[in-house]
Amino acid sequence: MNLNRIISPKIAQRIMKGLFWASGIITILILLVIIGYILYKGLPVVNMSFIFSNPIDSGRSGGIFPFIISSLYVTFIAILVATPLGVGAAVYLAEYAGEGTIVKLIRFGAETLASIPSIVFGLFGLAFFVVYLGLGWCVLSGGLILALMALPTILQVSEVSLEAVPKSYREGSLAIGATKWQTIYQVVLPAGIPGITTGVILGLARAISEAAAILFAVGAALSVPISIFDPARPLPLHLYIIATEGISLDNAYGTAAVLVILVLIITVVTNTLVERYSRKMMGR
Amino acid sequence: MDYRIEVEDLNVYFGESHILKDLNLKIRKNRVTSLIGPSGCGKSTFIRTLNRMNDLIDTFKHDGSVLLDGTDIYDPKIDVVDLRKKIGMVFQKPNPFPKSIFDNVAYGLRVHGISDKDVLTEKVEESLKAAALWDEVKDKMDMSAMGLSGGQQQRLCIARTIAVNPEVILMDEPASALDPISTVKIEDLVHKLKKDYTIIIVTHNMQQATRVSKYTAFFLNGEIVESGLTDKLFLEPEDKRTEDYITGRFG
Repeated sequence: MNLNRIISPKIAQRIMKGLFWASGIITILILLVIIGYILYKGLPVVNMSFIFSNPIDSGRSGGIFPFIISSLYVTFIAILVATPLGVGAAVYLAEYAGEGTIVKLIRFGAETLASIPSIVFGLFGLAFFVVYLGLGWCVLSGGLILALMALPTILQVSEVSLEAVPKSYREGSLAIGATKWQTIYQVVLPAGIPGITTGVILGLARAISEAAAILFAVGAALSVPISIFDPARPLPLHLYIIATEGISLDNAYGTAAVLVILVLIITVVTNTLVERYSRKMMGR
Repeated sequence: MDYRIEVEDLNVYFGESHILKDLNLKIRKNRVTSLIGPSGCGKSTFIRTLNRMNDLIDTFKHDGSVLLDGTDIYDPKIDVVDLRKKIGMVFQKPNPFPKSIFDNVAYGLRVHGISDKDVLTEKVEESLKAAALWDEVKDKMDMSAMGLSGGQQQRLCIARTIAVNPEVILMDEPASALDPISTVKIEDLVHKLKKDYTIIIVTHNMQQATRVSKYTAFFLNGEIVESGLTDKLFLEPEDKRTEDYITGRFG
């Protein structure tokens, strides 16, 4: 026995357990404080007319209906573009590619893409989509930039979840005479759906909460965008504008509260659906 | 012809390692052939060579020939997908898909282009009956196969395999992950199936080999030491190594 120990293993165990517990609690507290503060400041202005009416006087009063629609619209476009691309690339990496230089390059590309600051995406979007492709300030330009931002998340999470599908499923399918594509489409992808959906939701959350990336691309319209070529003003952008230009801090908090609740609703609904799907699939 | 599969001078390599050495074996039609031998002796590699599952491994190389009904299965003209339909496989660990019981059995039929609901229903029922599972699952065909017991899952995998009417069924230690009662059910099933199918079963369990198979081949270090009638191989082995193995001196 080593008698030179400063503290006994039992005490060390207690201290470490306490530290880990504290880390967990602090994380939850930070989250609760931020959301709580936003809701506390924002909820008083949120009511039916705030959600469902048009802004008056640049958002000094009135509602935020066009901005909610703008947010949903650009995010929808982003996910519509990024999901097939991201999942497709993930299938290639997980099922076809093996381990080569190209694969490493794609992975490196995705990681780098994920770490580019959003304002740089914004600048690129302005130069490429708005000016070079001539799309102008519109829903489509904003949606495409957000697609680029959501893409690496969808790709990475999808790849991990496809790789987590047991090899025995693939063998069982191939051994029965299915082709590789039939195996991927009918066995591997359905088994990977819960994980892929998580990736899509993470990408969606990144897209819906972005202001800087679309600052120069989506316009700043005060009306509801109808066509994809109409300018729009998603919630984070509206929040940024009315807060920095000192238009109305109360309405900025109200907008923030609506944004937080929107993300929360999307996450909870999807998680519930995924849960139900997995339970049915795994027979629990 | 009496033989379904004829293996001639088969050598298999994974990269530099020589896994199977000069194998010669003839598998009789509508009989059960057991492959016995200690772990790592090449039994699984051998049966995976028969349905070309080893093609999935990049470093796989072979020479010699494997004839199915007289045709070399490694002939470039052979369609692997077609071959695997003819030579089904049941794995060591039950591997049903995370789908309903019905969809598991219908899977092979669907990938081979059958979509008529009535035909599927009929074939699924027929296959589940053949795999002695029908009575246990007929009322819960929409339930996920993952909710079945291990033994039921393995019989489901057998039903899934026979649904596409293979000529040969390869079984890689199909009962080794199961409890004794499920094992008996699988063995009974093997007896029942041999009238319609040629079965090759890898087993660690020598009693199992004597119970289920008419013919046995003894593998050791990638070679076939001895093969022939199961009774003879176990009662009067010709090779000293066979005798040592079956009397439990190693393995």
